[in-house]
Amino acid sequence: MELLISLIIGVLTASGVYLSLRGRTFPVVLGLTFLSYAVNLFLLVMGRLTIGNPPIITDDPTQYADPLPQALVLTAIVISFGMTAFVIVLALKAFSEMGNDQVDGKHKP
Amino acid sequence: MMNHITIFPVILPLVAGILLLLLPGRLLALKRSVGLISVLLQLITAGLLLSTVSSGEIRVYALGNWSPPFGIVLVADQLAAWMLAITALVAICALFYTARGTDSNGAHFHTLFQLQLFGLNGAFLTGDLFNLFVFFEILLLASYSLLLHGGGRLKTKAGLHFVIINLVGSTLFLFAVGTLYGLLGTLNMADLAVKVAAAPANDAVLIHIAGLLLFAVFALKAALVPLYLWLPAAYAHTTAPVAALFAIMTKVGAYSILRVYTLIFGAQAGAAANLIETWLLPMALLTLIVGVLGVLASTRLRQQVAYLVIVSIGTLLTAIGMNSAAGITAALYYLPHSTFAAAAFFLLSDSIAQRRDVMDDQFEPGPIIQQQRLLGILFFITAILIAGLPPLSGFIGKFLILNAALPHAAFFWITGVILITSLFTLIALARGGSMLFYRPQAPHSCNIAPDAEPRSAFALTVELTPVACLLLCCIGLVVFAGTVTGYTATTANQLLQPEVYIESVLRMEVIQP
Repeated sequence: MELLISLIIGVLTASGVYLSLRGRTFPVVLGLTFLSYAVNLFLLVMGRLTIGNPPIITDDPTQYADPLPQALVLTAIVISFGMTAFVIVLALKAFSEMGNDQVDGKHKP
Repeated sequence: MMNHITIFPVILPLVAGILLLLLPGRLLALKRSVGLISVLLQLITAGLLLSTVSSGEIRVYALGNWSPPFGIVLVADQLAAWMLAITALVAICALFYTARGTDSNGAHFHTLFQLQLFGLNGAFLTGDLFNLFVFFEILLLASYSLLLHGGGRLKTKAGLHFVIINLVGSTLFLFAVGTLYGLLGTLNMADLAVKVAAAPANDAVLIHIAGLLLFAVFALKAALVPLYLWLPAAYAHTTAPVAALFAIMTKVGAYSILRVYTLIFGAQAGAAANLIETWLLPMALLTLIVGVLGVLASTRLRQQVAYLVIVSIGTLLTAIGMNSAAGITAALYYLPHSTFAAAAFFLLSDSIAQRRDVMDDQFEPGPIIQQQRLLGILFFITAILIAGLPPLSGFIGKFLILNAALPHAAFFWITGVILITSLFTLIALARGGSMLFYRPQAPHSCNIAPDAEPRSAFALTVELTPVACLLLCCIGLVVFAGTVTGYTATTANQLLQPEVYIESVLRMEVIQP
């Protein structure tokens, strides 16, 4: 399970890094989205992978799912969602103002 | 009332921002007054906080009355109060300048301005690492919109780069925070400091990685080499008051470096002690060199000022990178000086550029500008401040830094780089100033209509008061240099003895209802 999750995080991060280094705005936006998926998953599993545990401390304090990473992930999701929406609008604005979708604004034939 | 004063700098701009959102756009005068009142109140609060913490007391405010380390805390120590006061001063001057019409060429300027202050003040006050991330995002989101305010092709292009690089930075921040939480189970900075110092040896490598990832994020915010490339275009193309406010935004990175690497990864942090000591000083010196090359190569005044911001960050982080009480004292003196000087220069270059009509702020002979004596004098004072010539605060700041470098092992490197870069800054400013003020006849001057409308005395006052105020703040730093360095020296001692901070936060008594 741990191996699978780390592989997923690794693949997501690697694709995110690759895409965000591309020259056009759309792959860059996709890359940023992948990166934020990867980091959300990463934050979630920082509370350790457990199954079937109650979310709060019960009478048996050794066994519970850590609630804090879930709260962190929720915040991070909201922020990254807002940022993605913003960067998409900005990319569209850049496309309409510069006439192409290159990140540096220069048209490459 | 006095118990709650710690949260005022965070609440005030938030409330003002929401209020401004509700006011209709046509009531611009009302919006301006609400914004100004909010910033004035922030200045008063910052002053009160400054006077309460100057005795060495650390004010801890537990939000929602959750006892630390479980809840989020706001911590006002000397460093935080110092940063709040500087932010409020710069914000007042920048906001006053917007009354010239910057705020009318797009909606919600004042709301965004207050939200930016909300993010800045929150980042300075928070005592929680994840909360620091949240306040970073708030200030960045407001800064994205402020940067693009007014529109234009160059702004959009610079804004796109700025947004993308900062989104990547935010992701790195989250990875670092996640790693620290996964290893240590806490995000409260004081508690992190305790846990990092007591961490088992086999976690040391991961803690190092998380600490250095955080350093990369803060270096990006502070525009340290090689992560500075977003800054010149962004600062040079945005409107003048926004650029002036952004002069404090790069300092947030420097603040975070100072806070995190004295508190969590400071001298007492066990395996992770003085984590960035080997990195910070060389990178800061490199930033100085690269920044000054940019200053020399600039073809426009605003671009030059943007590179001067990078130079000032390099100088500031060189002082912090010495990792000594004297170095931090000097850095905390240099920080307000460089912020005020850069903000004044951004506002002044806007005034000059508007009077040069189509020549804008290019370093090429242009028309004779209106009020050239007055502007020339202001330019001269600002240039002296930034280049660090006596008798103004730039000289005292650099002198303190060089004095702090005397016992350091890399003494020759530090003094050599700072003195040579100062010389080059001086040359570049002298060349730029003589191009703008002494060689006004263009070879084809008949094509260029000088700014024809004469300016009324009122317009001129609105235009130049903020610049004059910022310069007066710098002169104040000279007049009260003894008091100021006394304060920054106790601040440096407080930072280098994090036990007091940790003790105040973790032993905090929550008031029972």
